[in-house]
Amino acid sequence: MAHELPYIAAIGEAIHLEMERDESVLYFGQNMATTENEPFVDAFGKDRVRVTPISETAEIGIAIGAALSGFRPVVELYMAEFMLVAMDQVLNEAPRFRGMSGGQVTVPIVLKAGYGFTAGWAGQHTGTINALFMGVPGLKVVVPSTAADAKGLMATAIRDDNPVVYLHNYLLTLEHGEVPDGEYLVPFGEAAIRREGGDVTIVATGWCVDRALNAAEELAKEGIQAEVIDPRTLAPLDTKTILESVEKTGRLVLVDQSTRHASAATVIAGEVAEHGFSSLKAPIIQVTALDATVPYSQPLEAFVMPDESKVVAAVRQVLGLAPVTA
Amino acid sequence: MVVPPLGREEASALLATMWRIRAFEERVGRLKQADEVHGLVHLSVGQEGVAAAVCAQLRDDDAVYSGHRAHGHAIAKGASLERTMAELMGRDTGLCRGLGGSMHLVDAEHGFMGATGVVGGTIPIALGSALAAGLSGADSVAVVFFGDGAVQAGHFNETVNLAALWQLPLILVCENNGFAEFTPRSAHTVVERVSDVVAPYGFERATVDGNDVLAVREAFGAYLASARAGNGPFLLECLVERLRGHYEGDPGKYREAIAAADWQQRDPILRLQRHGVAQGWFDEAALAAAESEAVAAVEAAVRFGRESPFPAPGLIEQMVYADG
Repeated sequence: MAHELPYIAAIGEAIHLEMERDESVLYFGQNMATTENEPFVDAFGKDRVRVTPISETAEIGIAIGAALSGFRPVVELYMAEFMLVAMDQVLNEAPRFRGMSGGQVTVPIVLKAGYGFTAGWAGQHTGTINALFMGVPGLKVVVPSTAADAKGLMATAIRDDNPVVYLHNYLLTLEHGEVPDGEYLVPFGEAAIRREGGDVTIVATGWCVDRALNAAEELAKEGIQAEVIDPRTLAPLDTKTILESVEKTGRLVLVDQSTRHASAATVIAGEVAEHGFSSLKAPIIQVTALDATVPYSQPLEAFVMPDESKVVAAVRQVLGLAPVTA
Repeated sequence: MVVPPLGREEASALLATMWRIRAFEERVGRLKQADEVHGLVHLSVGQEGVAAAVCAQLRDDDAVYSGHRAHGHAIAKGASLERTMAELMGRDTGLCRGLGGSMHLVDAEHGFMGATGVVGGTIPIALGSALAAGLSGADSVAVVFFGDGAVQAGHFNETVNLAALWQLPLILVCENNGFAEFTPRSAHTVVERVSDVVAPYGFERATVDGNDVLAVREAFGAYLASARAGNGPFLLECLVERLRGHYEGDPGKYREAIAAADWQQRDPILRLQRHGVAQGWFDEAALAAAESEAVAAVEAAVRFGRESPFPAPGLIEQMVYADG
């Protein structure tokens, strides 16, 4: 059985279910006791659901320590960029403890943060800095694109014994989707094939998945069948599914809301270039945000972002078709 | 008085711990010169009194954290000399199987939960263990050692604010040796005493002579008893001397070395020895034995390290993620 929920509510449902299931799950962050989160306080009390000051270093550090001492904290960070003020804890403490201790301790924490809010939030609240975390050994990085995955990946994140950076895309916040009832877990490291096709492989995450699917529908009208793959987790990364698809199609377009040189797309391109080169019939094309700070002005904001038309153009190029001129 | 007066047996144990730390640190300094210990090493020679007096009062279920100058804290908390030395020598038998090294000692079995090479990095983490203690209803506490240099970092200030707000059983132990790495405290802040930095928060705080083991023991013991009863946080500032450089190899051009005669008066080991002799607890033979036993134990640890294998490369893959 399933029910329909907005993406953001699906995340909350998973946290709620996991807190019911396991008393060691804690949930804290800024503004937690305001109206939107009161159900958590009502259900689990103010010991397990805590409001914190604007102190990201302390919030994340406390999560690490509580995890080392047997709890499973979920930290509500709201914006991925807010983790930037606490990068010591995120990149240089949480993921290092297990390795540096020779496996004596684990740090089961979830750092929940939104990203990519390219809806007029300008230069500091719109970034897609996912690949920054992807490059740190020991961190797991989750990027759900559907309401069902938002739920299932959060439940898996909370049960995982490693620090997990759970990145939800703000542009998907109110997108509705069918969500399985009750306990629902989506495994890490297993990409979803959102659409099958034999002519070209498109890999996209988060908000870009729908851009890729829309582009694929456009291309289908011309008889071009695109396969759309959503990795769902960037670390671990399911390169196997991507390589198998490229082996079939021989052509790869990567769509990523990140700036080009700090994107998961670039990492995937490197993996495919190294391990799938003999399958490729054309150079890989990356459709990413432009290497620029996201501008406030709406037309310019749209200009720097990937969109359907850029994906369609990239697919045409990778297939060696003449670009359509307006 | 919350803390009973120091007796012969406890004094003897404190002395043994301090000698073990000093002998270990001085041996590590020589091993570093011989490149048997490689990489960045920070020694705590001169600061042994704080580690010994604090950790002797703790249990294995009390979480202790430290920073880059952590060997003494780990040893005082119960880490074996053999496994600590093997760790510094990068061996598979080390506390962390050779993957952590000098700056990242962990001995979870004895509640030594972690040390960081980033100044201040473990202060909020210790608060997390204090939160865990509070939530689980146990009377365990969390203790974090840090230097005066960490106090100017955001980590410290964010943690102090939240620890006070949530009233958690965290005891902050600052070893103020007057130098933040290579820079005197006066070049970093106008607040001379670390205990004054936290004054507005209203929790109990004190500055003691960290070379006076009895003073550290008594002040910390009182805070510990209160923390076990559910109170907190507390801050204990211990004024200490760092006899060696910030790191091994530091030319130390930024300060004058302490005069030998002056150090004889202040040395926490010699002071406790003099106290014990005055009390009639120790004679010269017992004191000599305490030192030579520590030296012998450290030599055994060096042999253990030398005879231990380096970890196999396959270990790395197992250590990136915890699974299952």
